[in-house]
Amino acid sequence: MTPYSSEHLLHVLHAHQQRFHYISDQAICEIATRLHLPRAQVEAVTEFYAFFHRSPRGRFDILFSNCTSCGNLTLMQQLCDRLNVCMDQTSSDGLISISQTSCIGMCDHGASALINGLTVTSLSEQIIEEMGNLIESETPVSAWPTSWFQIGNNIRKEGLLLTEALEPGAALKAIAGRSSDEILNEITASGLKGRGGAGFSTGLKWKLCRDAASDSRYVVCNADEGEPGTFKDRILLNSHADTLFEGMTVCGKVIGASQGYLYLRGEYRYMLDALLTTLQNRREAGLLGNNVLGSGFDFDIAVVVGAGAYICGEESALIESIEEKPGIPRIRPPFPVTSGLWGKPTVVNNVETLVAAAGIVLHGHHWFETSGTWQSKGSKLLSVSGDCARAGIYEYPFGVTVAQILEDAGAEDVQAVQIGGPAGRLIGAESFTNHIAFEDIATGGSFMIFDTSRDLLAVIGNFTHFFDHESCGFCTPCRVGTTLLKNGLDKVCSGHGTAHDIDELQRTAALVSRRSHCGLGMTAPNPIRDGLKVFPQLFEARLLHQEMEPEFNLDASLEEARSLTNRDDAEAHL
Amino acid sequence: MKQLKKREVFTVSESSPKVRVATTSLAGCFGCHMSFLDMDERIVGLLEHVEFSRSPINDIKHCEPCDIGLIEGALCNADNVHVLKEFRDNCKIIIAVGACAINGGVPAMRNHFTLKECLEEAFLDEIGVDNPHIPNDVEIPLLLNKVHPIHEVVKVDYYLPGCPPPADAFVKILTDLLEGREPSLPKEMLHYD
Repeated sequence: MTPYSSEHLLHVLHAHQQRFHYISDQAICEIATRLHLPRAQVEAVTEFYAFFHRSPRGRFDILFSNCTSCGNLTLMQQLCDRLNVCMDQTSSDGLISISQTSCIGMCDHGASALINGLTVTSLSEQIIEEMGNLIESETPVSAWPTSWFQIGNNIRKEGLLLTEALEPGAALKAIAGRSSDEILNEITASGLKGRGGAGFSTGLKWKLCRDAASDSRYVVCNADEGEPGTFKDRILLNSHADTLFEGMTVCGKVIGASQGYLYLRGEYRYMLDALLTTLQNRREAGLLGNNVLGSGFDFDIAVVVGAGAYICGEESALIESIEEKPGIPRIRPPFPVTSGLWGKPTVVNNVETLVAAAGIVLHGHHWFETSGTWQSKGSKLLSVSGDCARAGIYEYPFGVTVAQILEDAGAEDVQAVQIGGPAGRLIGAESFTNHIAFEDIATGGSFMIFDTSRDLLAVIGNFTHFFDHESCGFCTPCRVGTTLLKNGLDKVCSGHGTAHDIDELQRTAALVSRRSHCGLGMTAPNPIRDGLKVFPQLFEARLLHQEMEPEFNLDASLEEARSLTNRDDAEAHL
Repeated sequence: MKQLKKREVFTVSESSPKVRVATTSLAGCFGCHMSFLDMDERIVGLLEHVEFSRSPINDIKHCEPCDIGLIEGALCNADNVHVLKEFRDNCKIIIAVGACAINGGVPAMRNHFTLKECLEEAFLDEIGVDNPHIPNDVEIPLLLNKVHPIHEVVKVDYYLPGCPPPADAFVKILTDLLEGREPSLPKEMLHYD
């Protein structure tokens, strides 16, 4: 197994997209033949992922983040105007295409974008102007100022995990000679729960997987950090990759797996080379591959890179994606621990969980469980962004209050905080005394601050548009419901809403969260529901005070008929 | 599909001994009205409790203040919008009847094309068209760019699904309202396969 398979469908399509700027019908046939895959599967995958296109994109393909923290669409418009192109339309000479994309995980770096898949951060009007010049002169991206592509860690506060610089192999040496049960007991005793947001006990997950009857098992690391406002895994992948791979290897040893996968989000492709180098170094040091550290245990890790699909952060969708399919969540149960990758028992853990697991087996469970609260052991990495003086990564023991974080980040006049991303919770000042913990406010790590200068309805609108865009389209409640929520909220935001529309929003929100197939749909109405609960006055202030307002402009709807019949009489208007 | 939703339960007004019902077909095929009449002799019992205002059944042209308005069909032109608004202004309860009223149905199939394409196909390009021109007499209501379900323009209180809804469903929803209950259709009446 090569660490980055050039034969994986997602990787083949990526290479093709980079070279030819789109995936033609002919290319789909050729790729299907070459990879021995059904043509329909290649086409479905091409259509599913946002970074693959069926019509030509520009030689300079620019995707501006539309996240509330790392997006700035004014700058996007500036570049469109500068180069005289419209959003989503490739220029006729094939030079440039400009579009939006969901959060690219650069929320601590200001306005950001992807240029031919590479991340540029800290955009400003001046940089956009220079970028316009470079594009016009067709200067290849490799010759652009390297300073634009610098991505720092911005670690503001270190705790258990971040102060720790694990010597490569230290955790593996610590478990040498210990049985699977002993290691599992250590993990379970530490009280470690999944860091992706759901908070399932890691020890139990590993045990269930190990005890499931099968001839082979897999370890998968979920590095598809797509929740807007989250960028903690980026820091761990950048500076703690060795520890992460160590954690995966420990898990492999415990459950009896010989192959692990790191599923890296497409937006983090810039880290791929460094990750592959780390893997190679570990292989050469005998920490991966056949007979790890002479223990007779074989384990290797491969990297699969996604292509712009938030839904692939859902574990079963992620598994489908590794299996070269569209990232549509599976029906659960069976859960991945019994039937995961290729139907085999699979542990899917978040980056932070595996890094913590490596630390726990090295230092023992006391090291971990003395931090945090009774029900939430250890520490949590928070990605703090938005309206504050010091955006970045903060590692706190569980139990820290929201107010403390706001103070440390230098946030003033705070109106609201979105915790756990759009799928999480929106809270107002009355909840700032609450704690970050599984038993109080649980979070995958996103912490977005909005001060009183923000139009909070626009923020909620941004999140609602995000879910509409990212719904995979598999189930009707989510596919149709997220669009209805978007249209309904847009109507209210634009000042055309009535009390009836609020009722409809509430009703649709309840239906979508209750009837959707997976977590995306179940959480998609959260921004609207929290908004209506915590900030009802913001909605109320925008309402028209009448019973019902049509969903579209009736008179404008007759415009085409008027022009076709040349009529403009009284009856030709509504 | 939207199901019956909870609204204020209808009660018979004291001033009028009978409950007044109006019906209309907008962009529809009158199939829902035909299905309504399929209640056969049960309509005799119904008429002991209700009287009809504007309806194709009696050819009354304008809606008087009513208790219940049954709307068949989608919105495809300006006249449909005027009629619908007249119903909303005059009826305490509006019921969207059938697939077209609820989600556009067959008339909404033209939404896949522009209005220009539709009119040119019908009045200019079709084989055998005599004196090709797009009709523009002021008596003819103008078509909307797209066909819309009625809840996009007025508040709808209840939805009676089906293409058409079976006669039993009409009897059930009217009986529930007449007896002062929140209408509820059993699953058999909502199953079409």
